[in-house]
Amino acid sequence: MKYETVIGLEVHTQMKTRTKIFCACSTEFGRTANENTCPICLGMPGVLPVLNKRALELAVRACLATHCTINPLSRFDRKNYFYPDLPKGYQISQFSLPIGEYGHIDLPANGNSRRIGLRRIHMEEDAGKLIHGENLGQPDKSYVDFNRTGIPLIEIVSEPDLRSPEEARDYLNRLKSILQYAGVSDCDMEKGSLRCDANISLRPVGQKEFGIRTELKNLNSFKFVQKAIEIEVQRQTRILDQGDRVVQETRLYDADRNETFSMRSKEEAHDYRYFPEPDLVPVVVEATWLEEIRRSIPELPDQKRERFVRDYQIPEYDAEVLTSSRALADYYEQSVSLGAGAKTASNWIMGELLRELNNDERDIESCPVAPAALAEMVQLVENGTLSGKMAKTVFEEMYRTGKPAKQIVADQGLIQISDRTAIEKMIDEIIAANPGQTEEYRAGKVKLMAFFVGQTMKASKGKANPQIVNEVLKEKLG
Amino acid sequence: MHRITVLQAKEALRTKKISSVELTEAVYRRIGAVEPRVQAYVHLLRESALEQAKRADAKIAGGEDAPLLGIPLALKDLICLQGARTTCSSRILDNFVSPYDATVAARLKSAGAVIVGKTNMDEFAMGSSNETSWHHPTYNPWDLTRVPGGSSGGSAAAVAAHECCASLGSDTGGSIRQPAAFCGVTGLKPTYGRVSRFGLVAFASSLDQIGPITQTAADCAEILNVIAGHDPFDSTSARVEVPDFTRTLDRNLQGLTLGIPREYFTSGMDPEVERAVREAIAILEAQGMKKVEVSLPHTSYAVATYYILACAEASTNLSRYDGVKYGYRSDQSASLLEMYTNTREEGFGEEVKRRILLGTFVLSSGYYDAYYLKGQKVRTLIKNDFEEAGKRCDVILAPVSPVPAFKVGERIGDPLQMYLSDIFTISANLAGIPAMSIPCGFTRDTGLPVGLQIMGRHFDEATLMRVAHQFQLATDFHTRHPSL
Amino acid sequence: MSGFDIDNVALLARLRLEGAERERLGKDLETIIRYIDQLDQLDTARVEPTSHVIPIQNVLREDEETRPFASSDYLNMAPSEKRNHYEVPKII
Repeated sequence: MKYETVIGLEVHTQMKTRTKIFCACSTEFGRTANENTCPICLGMPGVLPVLNKRALELAVRACLATHCTINPLSRFDRKNYFYPDLPKGYQISQFSLPIGEYGHIDLPANGNSRRIGLRRIHMEEDAGKLIHGENLGQPDKSYVDFNRTGIPLIEIVSEPDLRSPEEARDYLNRLKSILQYAGVSDCDMEKGSLRCDANISLRPVGQKEFGIRTELKNLNSFKFVQKAIEIEVQRQTRILDQGDRVVQETRLYDADRNETFSMRSKEEAHDYRYFPEPDLVPVVVEATWLEEIRRSIPELPDQKRERFVRDYQIPEYDAEVLTSSRALADYYEQSVSLGAGAKTASNWIMGELLRELNNDERDIESCPVAPAALAEMVQLVENGTLSGKMAKTVFEEMYRTGKPAKQIVADQGLIQISDRTAIEKMIDEIIAANPGQTEEYRAGKVKLMAFFVGQTMKASKGKANPQIVNEVLKEKLG
Repeated sequence: MHRITVLQAKEALRTKKISSVELTEAVYRRIGAVEPRVQAYVHLLRESALEQAKRADAKIAGGEDAPLLGIPLALKDLICLQGARTTCSSRILDNFVSPYDATVAARLKSAGAVIVGKTNMDEFAMGSSNETSWHHPTYNPWDLTRVPGGSSGGSAAAVAAHECCASLGSDTGGSIRQPAAFCGVTGLKPTYGRVSRFGLVAFASSLDQIGPITQTAADCAEILNVIAGHDPFDSTSARVEVPDFTRTLDRNLQGLTLGIPREYFTSGMDPEVERAVREAIAILEAQGMKKVEVSLPHTSYAVATYYILACAEASTNLSRYDGVKYGYRSDQSASLLEMYTNTREEGFGEEVKRRILLGTFVLSSGYYDAYYLKGQKVRTLIKNDFEEAGKRCDVILAPVSPVPAFKVGERIGDPLQMYLSDIFTISANLAGIPAMSIPCGFTRDTGLPVGLQIMGRHFDEATLMRVAHQFQLATDFHTRHPSL
Repeated sequence: MSGFDIDNVALLARLRLEGAERERLGKDLETIIRYIDQLDQLDTARVEPTSHVIPIQNVLREDEETRPFASSDYLNMAPSEKRNHYEVPKII
């Protein structure tokens, strides 16, 4: 029996504000535990929340960037439950009137694109961090750090439109790119500024009704999201094949074992008792303000891609790769503005640069080769100083040592020999030294050209300009 | 000296007939004399109060002035005062020392006030008799076998017993007005949003307001001038201009219309209360006010509406008391769940638990529409009632309570009966309108004070206080003192 | 029957109710709920709910790290704390 996988993703991302959503505490990561707290975010008696304007603006940006409809009136609600990381015993969130609804993200797929719907985007406050006893103090205790409490979040809920683990990963990459581009969030899973839960169900191919779904939590990287979904699909497939029913539950992903396991089934079904937050007033984003926010959004991936194709005259494919992250696009544009040819720079970045970074599991933000350095090297190729092949060697050295191209070229004397006279001299000597092959070539064994090219390269220590070598050899050998 | 009003004290201080230190010492002597019987206070702040008084005297000597410079005031113990215990008369906050000032406290301090101490209340403002306080009850200075009213019982009793010149209370369903009426003093619940709630420990967020309890309407105006006004720390505080509330007190009442709501004068009222209130209305008519009858047709649904909404909000406002960050935590708890349930079981009194249960229930899955949402809709109807009536009159007059102060222990065993005694005060909170209670007579048999309620349009406290002040110019009920 | 399940509601509210108190509160709630049921008499189909009694909108704060509170040791107020963290019984 063939099943169709149905996936919906809930993404929580911290918005890039200086202060928390309802108080003026810093959002800076990495401070001493409980340093970024005040009576308001600690939920002391008598305190009241006041909404951070920037958080609202960034939430609206996220909605605009994903084509959501902004609700003309939006409101906060209390979500009630008890947990030590939740100081007030309720989270201020949005339930009935979220800031945005019914948007979409388009995923490029085989020349077309797949549209993934977004059901809603809403604002809420983050909770604190829990640390288990063994790591801090007594093993029979848990510990709470409230620095994270009150950091502004948006929750982005997709429709169950995703159909494979790979697609889920693509969606996350795309969403991350859009949010980074829009300046909404850093989307750094390691720092906790992006979290993802997945809802997965299977249904027989052709069936309209959705199957029973499980929720997966504790997915700490995009890679693990994909793997966890794969494992869960396998698990559900096994169950359905046996004729059993999938239990609706929350499961945690164990990355070490690459399996999911059920959270304690005794967990009470949460009754969040949502009701409108009486301490906050409604938010009305009227037309002029909305336009201001729209205009303040930095260029988004789609627009940038189109502009690259148009202004830099590079192929669609190149533009797609180069705009896959804002940082990479910036890198490209910087190197071009510093003198690198548009297509050459593109080739080098898509090729050598990304390969080195991938091997290292690094991202462009921590690339040891600055755009200026890349531009310098590319120009040496373009003006003939370096051959393409030599440049590859130089680039590897640049990446490894951080030295600029010109220095490496000087140190290793790698300047390409483009002096025709010098090459002619070299080739004369080679021809003289290899009479046999010369005669065979002239007799018709044209394959021997490779031999002569090789000899020339050897004699010139790889530095002879290949184009000139070919021309001169053809001239002299006839 | 302790019987001095705020206005009289201002004058005496300004003309250097007395000093703030003398006045404050006199207040503490009075407290020493009557507190054993009245028990209005829960913490006295003598050291810091005398410091404040000394500073005030220095300022006065230096020719400086401030609206409440050197005047001894008391704060209900759910108003946060930095460095002082703020217990809300609950075990669960018994050891809580506030690290910050409520906005009203900061404004009073800026105005030079001397904070004498924190007054007793019903636990978390839930009650109408001051009997649910975890510390001890407070007794009515007019008859020590009776309640002072609640939940601002301590604040009202302290003013009635002259243990301070004036105090601040809070009012969610009548908690300033009813104790003011029971204790024969003047109390004002401002329009919702007129006074900042930042630092007011929340009971019902959409209903709570802080207000002054004083000996006179003129004193009320002085204090409201200081505490009213938009606060950026309170999203629900209104951006409405704050007039000088003292400026229009002396205008006569010609041309003003008073409305008598027929639903507030049905049977069930103590006949002495009704008599005193009707006589007071007659006095105001004699002063030139026109009288019309109005109708507030949804009055009988107010108590039900109030208890649904107030308890729902309260149930979540009190979720933060979980033993994690501050306050009481139960000793014997093996698990997290036990820590929560034991702490809250032991930390809260029974009335608080009752309301938390009701509030949790009306918000719970399956019941939200029938109760909470329904309550919000009826609130709209009640609010509309007042808007309609306000088209035909400037103020609405009514009793504050169907009965005068009842005996200690008389009603505490019947929660619903206790709730029903709020019938006259509750609607003003639901509609968000300002409302005052002023002394308007005494019961003939028992000599207990009776309060007249004056309700008005949104943000029209000035008219309320003008009516009250003019009434107090023509009567002397507000000048009588209990014989302690 | 009001549908009021005291044990369920007490658990939601994290209150440990037992014995006489549990019975008393159960009875009280039944009485009170019967009383508030009277709202059913009103037809509110076309009435808008009131969430905020004074119409205010868009109260916002600039994204600046001001320090409105005097520096205070909030951790010291905790019933139990260790190494800069609030301590609670272990969470399973």
